[in-house]
Amino acid sequence: MADPAVAPLPPPPIAMLAELTHRCPLACPYCSNPLDLAAKAVELSTETWARVFREAAALGVLQLHLSGGEPASRRDLEVLVGHARDAGLYTNLITSGIGLTRARLVALDAAGLDHIQLSVQGVRAETADRIGGYAGGFARKMDLAAEIADLGIPLTLNAVMHRHNLDDLPETLDLAVRLGARRIEVACVQFQGWALKNRAALQPTREQVERAKRVVAEARAGQAGQRGAGQGGAGQGGAGQGGAGRLVIDFVPPDYFADFPKACMGGWGSTGFNVTPDGTVLPCHAAQTIPGLVFQTVAEADLAAIWYRGPAFMAYRGIGWMPELCRACDRRDVDFGGCRCQAMALTGDPAATDPVCRKSPGRAALDALVAAEATAKAPPAFAYRRPERPDRPDRPGAA
Amino acid sequence: MTPAAIPSLPRGVRLHHDRLRGAEVLLGPERALMLDPVGAAVLAEVDGRRSVGAIAAVLARRYDAPEDAIRADIAEFLGDLADRRLVDLDDG
Repeated sequence: MADPAVAPLPPPPIAMLAELTHRCPLACPYCSNPLDLAAKAVELSTETWARVFREAAALGVLQLHLSGGEPASRRDLEVLVGHARDAGLYTNLITSGIGLTRARLVALDAAGLDHIQLSVQGVRAETADRIGGYAGGFARKMDLAAEIADLGIPLTLNAVMHRHNLDDLPETLDLAVRLGARRIEVACVQFQGWALKNRAALQPTREQVERAKRVVAEARAGQAGQRGAGQGGAGQGGAGQGGAGRLVIDFVPPDYFADFPKACMGGWGSTGFNVTPDGTVLPCHAAQTIPGLVFQTVAEADLAAIWYRGPAFMAYRGIGWMPELCRACDRRDVDFGGCRCQAMALTGDPAATDPVCRKSPGRAALDALVAAEATAKAPPAFAYRRPERPDRPDRPGAA
Repeated sequence: MTPAAIPSLPRGVRLHHDRLRGAEVLLGPERALMLDPVGAAVLAEVDGRRSVGAIAAVLARRYDAPEDAIRADIAEFLGDLADRRLVDLDDG
């Protein structure tokens, strides 16, 4: 463990993810929120979030991601965006679109919102609404996307992909173009939070993964040179919103099928952090799954103190915590030993090499797990992401 | 890209002066590009009205450098940003 007296200070963070609320009308079984969802009563006030945004900007944060849950479930979302812009932050809204209306979009735009990232669960209502656990959601998203385009707010489509929709990847890319998105994030599900609980139901097959990689490579190759092609004066690429411009594709492959682990968070405590609805400051979404870590809240300390010297941030920062396998590895500064929460989930040891790594002693067990789940003829049913409500029976299955 | 192409920053992409790091940053969706002084000087001239050629002429005079070389450097820089949709290019 690093000695606080001698450990060098890390650089300031670039990004903050603000989980404004865990409330959400959707029930996606791959939600990155923890299984233990925060209740409305513990959510930070408008004024506290405004202070946290100012502290973040002073600390060096450039990009603020307003997320949830569904951030539109907060009635003060428009006010929060205004505070974020006043603090000098680039403000990105990560939303399902449910709860937003044209009037709210106009207000968000007026408050200075920079960008919207709209999630889609699939390219057809039947699939999308089954995965999201919310009837009518797909149609409402499509209506909202049209309003976003009409208002000219920059749009990225976020598509979480897994066994039940990965075969629709070509249509998903087409949908992004049709909706006027400039970017699409094709994010193969990462197994943390609710996704870990639903891993066997979501695990893609190796054939699906290989095909998806080809589709992305071909789509990118097909677009390469579009700029050059447009330079003869043909086409209407250029200044317009969305329109004929090329689609930027960000692809997050499923790491279980990779040879080396993902560079999780760009290294623990090195580029960004999360703030949960109740103000707990985390090095990543899933950090609370690691036993023994001590987290602080925005009520206890300011963000700078938490970032630079908070015990949870110090725990896996740098190379002091690493097993010899990682410390001596030539990829040490490429993937930083991978994901701590994944090491915890799969090996029970958060300081182990991420078992995705081919060099890890945990890889054989992961291969066996993937083989069993990916080849299962009938994957299990979804455990939908819903808060426990002992006072009222669960909603009837929206599937 | 021809010298007549007119670059602009699309909505959702903006320059930000980062006082903490002492640098200009180009901010866009999921992107924060720390600019070197040359990149910052080029983007500071991008106003959606003047062409690549006109911007090259301004910078060549300011830095007393050959205009052809400056124009080629600017075209490469802006072309790369256009590929990432952080700059729009209007061919007029």
